[in-house]
Amino acid sequence: MATVHVNGQAVDIGTEKLNLIEAADRGGVFIPHYCWHPALTVVASCRMCLVEVGDTQPDGSVKMQPRVVPACQTPAKDGTVVVTNSERAKYAQAQTLESLLINHPLDCPVCDKAGECQLQDYTHKFGRAESRMIDEKFAPPNKPNIGAQIELFTDRCIMCTRCVRFTREISGTAELLVNHRGEHAEIDIFPGQPCDNKLAGNVVDLCPVGALCSKDFLYKQRVWYLKSHDSVCADCSTGCSVHVDENKDILYRLRPRENPLAQGHFMCDEGRFGFHYVNSKERILRPQLRRDGKLIPATWEDVLPALRRDIAQAVKQDGSAVVAVLSPFLTCEEGYLLARYFKSLSGEVRLALGPVPTVGEDDTYPKDRHGKPVEPVKFTIRAEKCPNRRGVEEVLRHFQGEVIGFDDVVRLSGEGRLKAVYAAAGYPPRPGGWVSAEQAAALAKTPLLVVQDILPSPASALAKYVVPAVSFAEKEGTFVNHAGLAQGLRRAVKPPAECHTDGQVFLDLMERRGLVHAPTIRAELARDVPFFAPLASGTIDALGVMLK
Amino acid sequence: MPEYEPVLLRRVGRPNSQSIDTYRADGGYRALEKAVAQLTPEQVVDQVKASGLRGRGGAGFPTGLKWTFLPKNHPGPIYLAVNGDESEPCTFNNRVLLEEDPHQFLEGVILAAYATRAWVAYIYLRYEYGRCYRTLEKAVAEAYAQGLLGRDILGKGFHLDVHLARGAGAYICGEETGLLESLEGKRAWPRVKPPFPAVEGAFRKPTVVNNIETLACVTHIIDRGVDWFKSMGVPPDPKNPRDPGSYGPKLYNISGHVNKPGTVELPLGVTVRELIDKYGGGVWKGRKAKGAIPGGISMGIMTEAEFDTPLDFNGPGKVGCLGLGTGAVTVFDEQTSIADVLYNITRFFSHESCGQCTPCREGTGWMMKMADRIRRGDGRLEDLKILEEIGNAIGIMPGTTICGLADGAGWPVKNAIKKFRPEFESLIRAGTKSTSLQLVSAH
Repeated sequence: MATVHVNGQAVDIGTEKLNLIEAADRGGVFIPHYCWHPALTVVASCRMCLVEVGDTQPDGSVKMQPRVVPACQTPAKDGTVVVTNSERAKYAQAQTLESLLINHPLDCPVCDKAGECQLQDYTHKFGRAESRMIDEKFAPPNKPNIGAQIELFTDRCIMCTRCVRFTREISGTAELLVNHRGEHAEIDIFPGQPCDNKLAGNVVDLCPVGALCSKDFLYKQRVWYLKSHDSVCADCSTGCSVHVDENKDILYRLRPRENPLAQGHFMCDEGRFGFHYVNSKERILRPQLRRDGKLIPATWEDVLPALRRDIAQAVKQDGSAVVAVLSPFLTCEEGYLLARYFKSLSGEVRLALGPVPTVGEDDTYPKDRHGKPVEPVKFTIRAEKCPNRRGVEEVLRHFQGEVIGFDDVVRLSGEGRLKAVYAAAGYPPRPGGWVSAEQAAALAKTPLLVVQDILPSPASALAKYVVPAVSFAEKEGTFVNHAGLAQGLRRAVKPPAECHTDGQVFLDLMERRGLVHAPTIRAELARDVPFFAPLASGTIDALGVMLK
Repeated sequence: MPEYEPVLLRRVGRPNSQSIDTYRADGGYRALEKAVAQLTPEQVVDQVKASGLRGRGGAGFPTGLKWTFLPKNHPGPIYLAVNGDESEPCTFNNRVLLEEDPHQFLEGVILAAYATRAWVAYIYLRYEYGRCYRTLEKAVAEAYAQGLLGRDILGKGFHLDVHLARGAGAYICGEETGLLESLEGKRAWPRVKPPFPAVEGAFRKPTVVNNIETLACVTHIIDRGVDWFKSMGVPPDPKNPRDPGSYGPKLYNISGHVNKPGTVELPLGVTVRELIDKYGGGVWKGRKAKGAIPGGISMGIMTEAEFDTPLDFNGPGKVGCLGLGTGAVTVFDEQTSIADVLYNITRFFSHESCGQCTPCREGTGWMMKMADRIRRGDGRLEDLKILEEIGNAIGIMPGTTICGLADGAGWPVKNAIKKFRPEFESLIRAGTKSTSLQLVSAH
């Protein structure tokens, strides 16, 4: 057991190997830092985390080092004494901040980072009120094309080199480098080789100041208007924990949320920039039903009873000719409600798993310079481009023991052997789409085709009923990732006015009263399906729960 | 003091002094043969340790002690990196050694490799030393041809390969870990220590980094013995328990406003005044000196009144300078404006700061801007206060940077302000513009 003394307060750090920033954090003392990042190597170059350090001698006295030392580089040992609030430590930190602002343009009013900028925050907390520099600042030109998604505001850079280390250590693609020397040092790329790897967006999050900005988000919102919600990225089965940032129910960006159980510190660009369909104008905004061969908008009051009636009728004719397709984009709770609804109509109704979009192989990072993956793997973009295949499969297994594939549904429908297909799709628009025109034509041979989806597809064009679905950002529930980690999805934005969440639609179909409440249904699910038993309390904390 | 007979420079100027044949004719490689035949590596280390040899590169760290920091019974490889990135302004003693007598140095390299059990020696030369590189390249080839390098040297089962590496023109490559990074083909950003190079150096293997002049001294310690080496220099200061003494010969460079600039070899402890008057031919144009830089500009500035300070490892520290440094004395005469001196110094460090640590990267640039403003007659009295504050706040001594470049950048600034404050104040008050030529902008 090791005890570290932080500003006079004893902090027990157990047997963990920590540096002084982490150890002080355990004691509730924040040591400002720029270049240090838990996922990157230590360079100790920003000199922001300077503190006074001493060791407890065997006789109990404390011997302080004669100089300030960087906390990021100093291991916490038993008896280490850290002082962050002495005059000397505070002077060193203020001095570093004054230095950082010497060539910083202080263009906060037009800087995208203002409001969440660590240079602002630290200067406010630890810096001096005024700069004593009266000379001209060095202002290198911006580099708007440092990456397809990234712009570099060169003059704002504080040379923490986090971005450079990220491309060398995590993505392994090493596009970014430091060019020139001294105060003229700047981040750059090799000519003609922009920073376009699939993890490139992370350098924007890593940048503690407004130097690296995401073009996708640039000048869209002032960050202090944004509200942040903990959620899960729905773009692959890694299930990265994310912050969903929105303002007035418009989704503006996704940022990775640190989660050692899910993905670590980062997320890929597919997920990061793949959310725009949520704000799309093309979305299915209200239920529609086919009348005289044409889809016409309808109200929920008309559609729901009609839908219930048609489904009940089909089940009465032949329960085994009714299929519910559960897409891997449904939450576990939604899958559970839909499965329960259909199985309550008849045990013969078949439940199928919707198409599982798969693209290539799992893509692991870092890469070497030839693009070959290198061990140890630090980040994986999975080939399976959906968030919840495992969760939905477990629900299906519970209700019917086996999982029927989507291809079987298409085949049976094409042979005209089905009476009703309820496709709960909810797929995001991705190249190829979830259903091809041929598959849609085959599905359309079923007299009662219900398609619940976010955006129009070949299938929705041919359906008898079209029901709007909502995206991951608009609903609550549980996703189970490739490794069996159950993570809670929290609603970040309201769905379009006439859209009901998928879970609400299923509740209404079941004629169960009330609004959908994920924790309640999660508790029911945990009670009924043994795989989900660890979720019995109904709540999931920020890091999720490992199911096995 | 009787006239000193040079040892390191004894062959300088002789015909064909670079060739291995003349070197051997003058008794060259005798020390190596003796060491390999009679001494174990440990005994060589002990002899160097006993001689009190201190690194000639600037910091003055005891060489023998440095060698003992290598891990014991390491399976290898162990590397020897030779620091020939002699970039301190006005310093050129390595250049003389390499251009005139490369084998004397090479013998030291082989001896050091024998003592430290290094298999490979990398000799890192600054880019500007083209002639040194070519001379050394030839010398290495000659040594290989005569079996003094390569496999099974002198039939004693000890191997050594020597590789020459050239920098790309950065001062920071003279910092030992910056040098190792550059050697590995990376940007020469000094590493955070620990681990020190003796534990994890070039290519993450134990590495000894030594200066060229240091290794040339090793040759003579083995050849002439420890007693010869200790017969000259300055014994430890009894009042300073951490002073191991300054023994042996040292090359001093004299430059600046003197009549006869050049390199002389003298026992450690000669005074600045003696160097200027006796060996440098006095201050030029019959003028008086205003001050001098005692050992490369990172060591600070001495005023004329302090010229009786002995130039050993301890002496310059007594008058507020950083240390002996490289032993390169640069004199500026009484007509030189201190504002110009300060600007020249700050400009150099601003140009050469590697850009890694914030206080140095930004501090050196800021100091240059202030020095430039003072020089242009737009200075403010508070600039002096800020300059002094930065000078005190940057470096490894206050703990704000990774390497010693910032200490060297801050030291002459605070020395200049402290020792020439009245002149600065009168320049600033009068708004005097410098009349000297504008230095070409380096960037």
